[in-house]
Amino acid sequence: MTTIARELDPEHRDVELPTDAAPARRPRRDLRSRRGGGPTRRTPGDWVVLVVAIVLGFFIAVPFLLILINSFKSPADYNSSGPLTLPTEFYFDGIVRFWERVDFPAKLWNSVFISGLVAVFAVLLSMLNAFALGIGRVKGRLWIVVVILLANMLPQEVLLYPLYFMFKQVGLYDNQWAVIIIFTVIQSAFGTYLLASVYSTFPRELLEAASLDGASRWQILWRVVFPISRPTLSVLLIFFFIWTWNEFLIPLTFLVSNATQTVPVAITVLQGDRLMDVTTTSASALLGLIPTLIFFLIFQRTLTRGITAGAVK
Amino acid sequence: MSALDTRAATTIEATDAADGRRTSRRRPRRPEEGLIPGARRGTFWLYLVPGLALLALIVVVPLLWNIYLTFTSYRGIRPPEWIGLENWADLMADRVFWTSFGNSIAMILAMVIVPTLLGLLLAAMLFDLIGRKFGGRLASFLRATYYLPQILPAVIAAVVIGWILRPQNGALNQVLEGIGLGELSHNWLGSPDTALPSLMVIMVWVQLGYPIVIFMAALQRVDPELYEAAELDGANWFQRFRAITMGMIRPEIFVVTLTCTIAALKVFGPVFALTGGGPGTATMVPAYYAYSEFFQSARVGYGATIATALTVVIAAVSVLFILAQHRMEKKEEGR
Repeated sequence: MTTIARELDPEHRDVELPTDAAPARRPRRDLRSRRGGGPTRRTPGDWVVLVVAIVLGFFIAVPFLLILINSFKSPADYNSSGPLTLPTEFYFDGIVRFWERVDFPAKLWNSVFISGLVAVFAVLLSMLNAFALGIGRVKGRLWIVVVILLANMLPQEVLLYPLYFMFKQVGLYDNQWAVIIIFTVIQSAFGTYLLASVYSTFPRELLEAASLDGASRWQILWRVVFPISRPTLSVLLIFFFIWTWNEFLIPLTFLVSNATQTVPVAITVLQGDRLMDVTTTSASALLGLIPTLIFFLIFQRTLTRGITAGAVK
Repeated sequence: MSALDTRAATTIEATDAADGRRTSRRRPRRPEEGLIPGARRGTFWLYLVPGLALLALIVVVPLLWNIYLTFTSYRGIRPPEWIGLENWADLMADRVFWTSFGNSIAMILAMVIVPTLLGLLLAAMLFDLIGRKFGGRLASFLRATYYLPQILPAVIAAVVIGWILRPQNGALNQVLEGIGLGELSHNWLGSPDTALPSLMVIMVWVQLGYPIVIFMAALQRVDPELYEAAELDGANWFQRFRAITMGMIRPEIFVVTLTCTIAALKVFGPVFALTGGGPGTATMVPAYYAYSEFFQSARVGYGATIATALTVVIAAVSVLFILAQHRMEKKEEGR
């Protein structure tokens, strides 16, 4: 099984970070292990390194902290006391004004609607493709996988104008379904690649048993393959949701009217607007980062595993 | 551009390897047989129909269409008019196009070289030193902090920093004035001398967490006994790092540089959100140039040419990377 497949394998879900293909044979070093056990000596040099690491972490976090404290200031407060102080009093006008200006709940709904449907459709499509490629092992599957991978690596600009023209012709321009269809295909390209390698090592005995019991392929897919691979599918579902949420170029091009826009598009196109004062702009950034921050907190383990799984061949 | 966007650097070799292993399983079996016995494989094609039809419609046809458009003059209203290689000739002589690729190199510096080198150092530092001497919890916490910018959509990350760099009353300028360095305050993203460096700093900030997370995971594979042996032989930390760690986690280094290079070549969102390629063409990148030709200048044929050129570059970079990796692995086996 490829490492990628392994990482998403349900049996390994409790592993916080991926290890190599044979973790049992090698002694593992994880963050908590200490060589030799017992209390470790800390030299002054160690403390210097620690301070450097913490200072760097602080600098990376500073923009988030600045956005947080300044979103709750009035512009007057900001101008008199600067960006570094805590607000003298909580001021919600900036957030409220931006919230109403972009109709934020509607934008949130648009993003949830698009990302949610893409995630579901792309997982279904990946599963059908992977069933044929990984379990059915159709002829020429290697070439099919190559084409599918290319689809994932292309810069979207190269598809942009023809897609724009096509969707305009069929009347789906400025319609969320255009974005949903496009991303279903793009995300399922990755999903197909990954699931095909998971399915290629599917327990053969189960498939044989189901086949002997007279199950058709369609039944095998839904009653055997689907339930057993559900943990992997749910990880893909989360990835597709967040990846689609974060997309920018295609939603920007296809969703031009206010009512159809996603959260990142709505926030970005309002930057530099003359009506946006300094703390309202800060509030807009805050509203943009809160949803992804929440996803991260909920799915942290899954995401960390996925990032590393993607990188380790 | 965030790590979640860069997707997996999925190479064909992985599939090859899986295939090889599969055929040598215990149960003797014809290699061309499906996993369900007695079923003809041909009918599995039915399950590929929706996927391949959609792929053709959304990816293959637009891609070919786009290539056709590179040989035409097309402004989006009257039908495309065949002009042969004129767009390509124009492109080769186009100063803005070459500037945009020059800026791509700056993006590669900011999104690949600096984060990878710094990421190696920081990952080793967190894993080896802080994790071991100050506890894994602190190391995990710091890793999460470094990773924070990566979780945002790239445009939102750009909006956050854009707010700090606002020209009149931005936080950075205010702080500089507050500590008496008012003369250093600047229109960071609006003047030609600082726009590109500012963008680069933003991209380093966005990108740094990705290599750290990957490398820290990879470091878990390194056998501590190797380290102990090297320590006994009198190797210092840096020697051990170079000889053992770098060798062991080379696959991850390859993948990180490949995915980040592709992401650097594709940068669009932050440029759109912060500078629009300006001032002048100071921060123009190929992706934004193509976009502006499509939708602002309505020179569709030319925009298609830029996008195609970008695709060719990305494909070439990917092939070169994979070939280099392949050769390294071969050399390794030959030893």
